[in-house]
Amino acid sequence: MGRTLFQKIWDAHVVHARDDGLVLLYIDRHYFHEGSFHAFNMLRARGIPVRRPDLSFGFGDHYVPTNARRTDAVQDPEIRGIIETFEQNARAHRIRAFDLADPDQGIVHVAGPEQGLTLPGMTVVCGDSHTSTHGALGALAFGIGASEVAHVLATQTIWQTQPRQIRANFEGRLPAGSTAKDMALALIARIGTGGGLGGAIEFAGSAVRALSVEGRLTLCNMAIEAGARTGMVAPDAITAAWLKGRPHAPAAPDPAWAALATDADAAFDREVTLDAATITPMATWGTSPEEAVALSARVPRLEEAPDEARARAWKRSLDYMGLQGGEAMADVRVDRVFLGSCTNSRLEDLRAAADVLKGRKIAVPMLVSPGSSATKRQAEAEGLDRIFLEAGARWEESGCSLCVSMNGESVGEGERCASTSNRNFAGRQGRGARTHLVSPASAAASALAGRLMQAGN
Amino acid sequence: MPEPFTTLTAIAAPLDMPNVDTDQIMPARFMRRPRDERYVAYGFHDLRFTPEGATRPDFILNQPPFHQAGILVASRNFGVGSSREAAVYALLAMGYRAVVAESFGDIFFSNALKNGLLPVKLPESTVNALRDAVAAAPGATIRVDLQRQILTGPDGTEHGFTVPPFARDCLLRGLDEIGLTLTLADRITAFETSRAPLAAG
Repeated sequence: MGRTLFQKIWDAHVVHARDDGLVLLYIDRHYFHEGSFHAFNMLRARGIPVRRPDLSFGFGDHYVPTNARRTDAVQDPEIRGIIETFEQNARAHRIRAFDLADPDQGIVHVAGPEQGLTLPGMTVVCGDSHTSTHGALGALAFGIGASEVAHVLATQTIWQTQPRQIRANFEGRLPAGSTAKDMALALIARIGTGGGLGGAIEFAGSAVRALSVEGRLTLCNMAIEAGARTGMVAPDAITAAWLKGRPHAPAAPDPAWAALATDADAAFDREVTLDAATITPMATWGTSPEEAVALSARVPRLEEAPDEARARAWKRSLDYMGLQGGEAMADVRVDRVFLGSCTNSRLEDLRAAADVLKGRKIAVPMLVSPGSSATKRQAEAEGLDRIFLEAGARWEESGCSLCVSMNGESVGEGERCASTSNRNFAGRQGRGARTHLVSPASAAASALAGRLMQAGN
Repeated sequence: MPEPFTTLTAIAAPLDMPNVDTDQIMPARFMRRPRDERYVAYGFHDLRFTPEGATRPDFILNQPPFHQAGILVASRNFGVGSSREAAVYALLAMGYRAVVAESFGDIFFSNALKNGLLPVKLPESTVNALRDAVAAAPGATIRVDLQRQILTGPDGTEHGFTVPPFARDCLLRGLDEIGLTLTLADRITAFETSRAPLAAG
């Protein structure tokens, strides 16, 4: 029987297999960020060196300011300390770090691929759950905790049990105005945040094949919100063309990449198929990514909950979000808009939002944080910065920013934010903050309307 | 390095919330701090305390005797979301050594095992019954025996569970996984030399 994309990469990285099914997997690429300080502390406490500093790359993103590029401009001493510790750890272990001053700094899941550091067939880990993003290039990429980061630094390997394999097929043509973000939210609304638990999702089907690499990165990024360990897309000509010319990518595509695709007779533990033609712009209404509906729809009413447990969860979500249930999504007013994060901050995302904003004025404050410093330069070369600024938005530097609100800026208590990020969890953007996840075009349209809105309305 | 985990008998607290994400367990704004004694206040912080810092008496984990619980009987998809291991540190600081649920976020499950917080997976009906039982009799205890992989409910009913063998072995003996893997260093080196160098890097 044939093998899946996942299985081929997995099999090629087994260093040692135990009888109980646990496998020691070799890691080709380890990324880290400021939050990985716990792992470096663990190594230091045990006096263990980093085995392969040449295979680790650090990116300052979680705690960096978006209004300055200097560490000494960071007011909060704890935040400044975290950024400095990140830089010190990289120096001490002779690891390449893209720090605040680096022209190629950016969000690890945007800047890493952009630098050509993630390639098809690689195993990739990072102490961040959205590492699944890198699977868009045909890599096996997953997030790990601090103890596992320490293990990877010390051994360049990780112990894993094989996840169950899931294929999510998006067939048909995605309507104009719908994006990879809407595909991701539609999938999660369908299978739930537990739908992918213990699994690796391969995204396939004609609508996925038609996506740009940027779109695939968005889709794989959200795999973790379906509970999956990772998401992946088979590398193809679009992948090879996208990688060509990137600083760390090979000059010509590796012929082995084409052989990674799932064989026709390979089997999955679960398959789910969505009709891409029916996917319209989506938004979340609650505090779990599965609580998502079309922007043209209404917030669900409690009596529509499929079971009692769900009704209790929906009640908590509605109360937290300040919604009654039953109101039209397009009537929900927003206080501010965030365009950024490892989900949606790439050039294609910035272009989509700028298209909507061009020549118009926003009704509520909007922060735009490009996914990387290189992306920012490209956007400025195209004049996108002027469109955002003339519309009244803040155009700032790259970092995780308001997706995780660790850099000192947050959404206020009770404030409602239309956000292109990945998590609408209670308190994610700040204590008491209310998050509605949307695509970049919908974020821009919402900023113009001061309400949740899809572009073109 | 985790404390060894063999058996645990402790008060169990019910938490009837599905999809408890690690942002709820450990709000991001505390993660800039080192792992120190302040962690005891971070666990479920925004559910336990008002914005002014007062304890919320209506939140069940604040209520006696549940505030002294060592076992949390939770619900489906416990610990989904962010990979932050600090969520496990916060639960440990609060005094929890085991969490019972029908399913866990994958990364949380792994983080918990590596730090001596035992994640116990049981069927939904069993978890619901246990949660109802400890809610109905505050202070009721649950016993977890990792060697036998048996959880004993307040009424004495035994429920079998399984933990991945390697993690179980490490937990029972309080072993350091990095140390064990380093005994395989020759194999790692052999793997590195046997394969073609990466195309780039």
